[in-house]
Amino acid sequence: MKYESQGIAKMYFIAAIGLFLGQILFGVVMGMQYVVGDFLFPEIPFNVARMVHTNLLIVWLLFGFMGSAYYLVPEEAERELFAPWLAKLMFWIFLVAGALTILGYLLVPYAKLAELTMNDLLPTMGREFLEQPTITKIGIVIVALAFLFNIGMTILTGRKTVINLVLLTGLAGLAVFFLFSFYNPDNIVLDKYFWWFVVHLWVEGVWELIMASMLAYVLIKVTGVDREVIEKWLYVIIAMALISGLLGTGHHFFWIGTPDYWQWIGSIFSALEPIPFFMMTLFAFNVVNKRRLDHPNKPAVLWALGTAVMAFLGAGVWGFLHTLAPVNFYTHGTQITAAHGHMAFYGAYVMVVLTMISYAMPIMRGKKAANQTAQVIEMWSFWLMTVSMVFITLFLTGAGILQVYLQRYAESPEPFMVVQDRIALFYWLREAAGLVFLSGLFLYIYSFFAKGPEVEAVEG
Amino acid sequence: MRETFTKGMARNIYYGGAVFFFLVLIGLTVDTVKSLPQTDNRENLTEQVAAGKRLWEINNCIGCHTLLGEGAYFAPELGNVYTRFGESTEAIKAFIKYRPVDGIEGRRSMPQFNLSDEELEELAQFLKYVDGVTIARDWPPNIQG
Repeated sequence: MKYESQGIAKMYFIAAIGLFLGQILFGVVMGMQYVVGDFLFPEIPFNVARMVHTNLLIVWLLFGFMGSAYYLVPEEAERELFAPWLAKLMFWIFLVAGALTILGYLLVPYAKLAELTMNDLLPTMGREFLEQPTITKIGIVIVALAFLFNIGMTILTGRKTVINLVLLTGLAGLAVFFLFSFYNPDNIVLDKYFWWFVVHLWVEGVWELIMASMLAYVLIKVTGVDREVIEKWLYVIIAMALISGLLGTGHHFFWIGTPDYWQWIGSIFSALEPIPFFMMTLFAFNVVNKRRLDHPNKPAVLWALGTAVMAFLGAGVWGFLHTLAPVNFYTHGTQITAAHGHMAFYGAYVMVVLTMISYAMPIMRGKKAANQTAQVIEMWSFWLMTVSMVFITLFLTGAGILQVYLQRYAESPEPFMVVQDRIALFYWLREAAGLVFLSGLFLYIYSFFAKGPEVEAVEG
Repeated sequence: MRETFTKGMARNIYYGGAVFFFLVLIGLTVDTVKSLPQTDNRENLTEQVAAGKRLWEINNCIGCHTLLGEGAYFAPELGNVYTRFGESTEAIKAFIKYRPVDGIEGRRSMPQFNLSDEELEELAQFLKYVDGVTIARDWPPNIQG
């Protein structure tokens, strides 16, 4: 660790992993509710479990992004963080606000939470992924602004590398587009249209900038490949991400009462969205093949290659599978969407944060790489989580194809709940895969505590 | 990548492409917002409907159902529930009103939200209004949603 203030990332990463575990536990609960409908009912209804599952995901990824930024920005800028105290303060504010929000979901009925937090003054609650009480949303904005100020000042008064500037652009975009979450018109079409300015422009827009810059940083560190080469790749990848992704928003405007031209624009541009992810795969393998050093941290390299491949499969391939309007006509809002969502989030954003944690955590704990036993365990957890996520995706895809056929494609379509019963086998298999994922996550957490022989220090 | 393709060129494609397509997105957004009155059923957006949308939100209905295909996939699509229930707001209200408090053994069940008659009417009117939005190709493909 070159700069002391990089160490602030550690608390962010620990919180991220803790919340990740919470997310997966609730995922397993929901998977069970899919097949045993009254599981934990009425104490934890499905909608509450889902809200906890998705909101924990968002919050822990934000912890992961912020921790990653606090780690890599000082090193890239070649100076200490502008205000380490502010980073620590914001950590506790964000953690307490996040915990209170999740407890609110679990302990009181959602309508009661809306009343307690005075949702009526500025109603923003009750829209998918943006379920947080308005006061929490305001808290998120404050934390985001303080964070941006902190890393922004660090970058502007230090060395300005491409990685830092791209990361800053992505994070600024994240904050700006979140502001659309405060716009909640009564008109359902307008509401849905601008809701996507948060959701799509995050995950298929500015988050790709964040992901690509984090990946580029780790690849420079673990391969020793020339920065010029990596920066060129980075520019091309993010150029393609925005060229395809901005108008790719149109694939969400097929069936919400918006004009017909979105069917063409959305189909064409979102069909291009796999390109930046495919380039990320080429980039990662290319750079690792041309490596100038063999970094002792093997899991970090594995995660870096893994995130590139899985992001391409989940976001690119599974996204393209149902993005063309004539196909999406049948698949919209089915288990196909759920299949895509799972592998895309895991492949792109979960894995890139784990890449960063894998690389930075040993260094923050005072060594270049974890001991051999810990590395082996971490790589086992990589395979358990990644392979089980592939199966979760495949089982949901199977469920989705049957659902589309039985409910929408067959000559005599059947009602939703009848179809759900018929495809229960796939949900059971998904739940089994989910339990394997959970065991992989336990193993991952255990890897931080495993003792074993130290790896030899390799010059780099 | 080849040396003839420089980092500067890559950077220019990024900045140029991002700015250009962002401006196109803004332009199309303006056009879309202008054309919405033809499709979004705003003539039926009454205060009752607006109150119903608020109820839809504060009871987190989207946490189980889809509405125009967006939301969770645990419970039926509700963008066309008014049509599916025989164009009867009474049927919608009755369904919500008589959900068992403790659920149904072994099966998925909608929670009992204890809504007043007035609130039930608002929620039903909201669902009726959403059903009136003109969707491309009359999505969903059939009445089952």
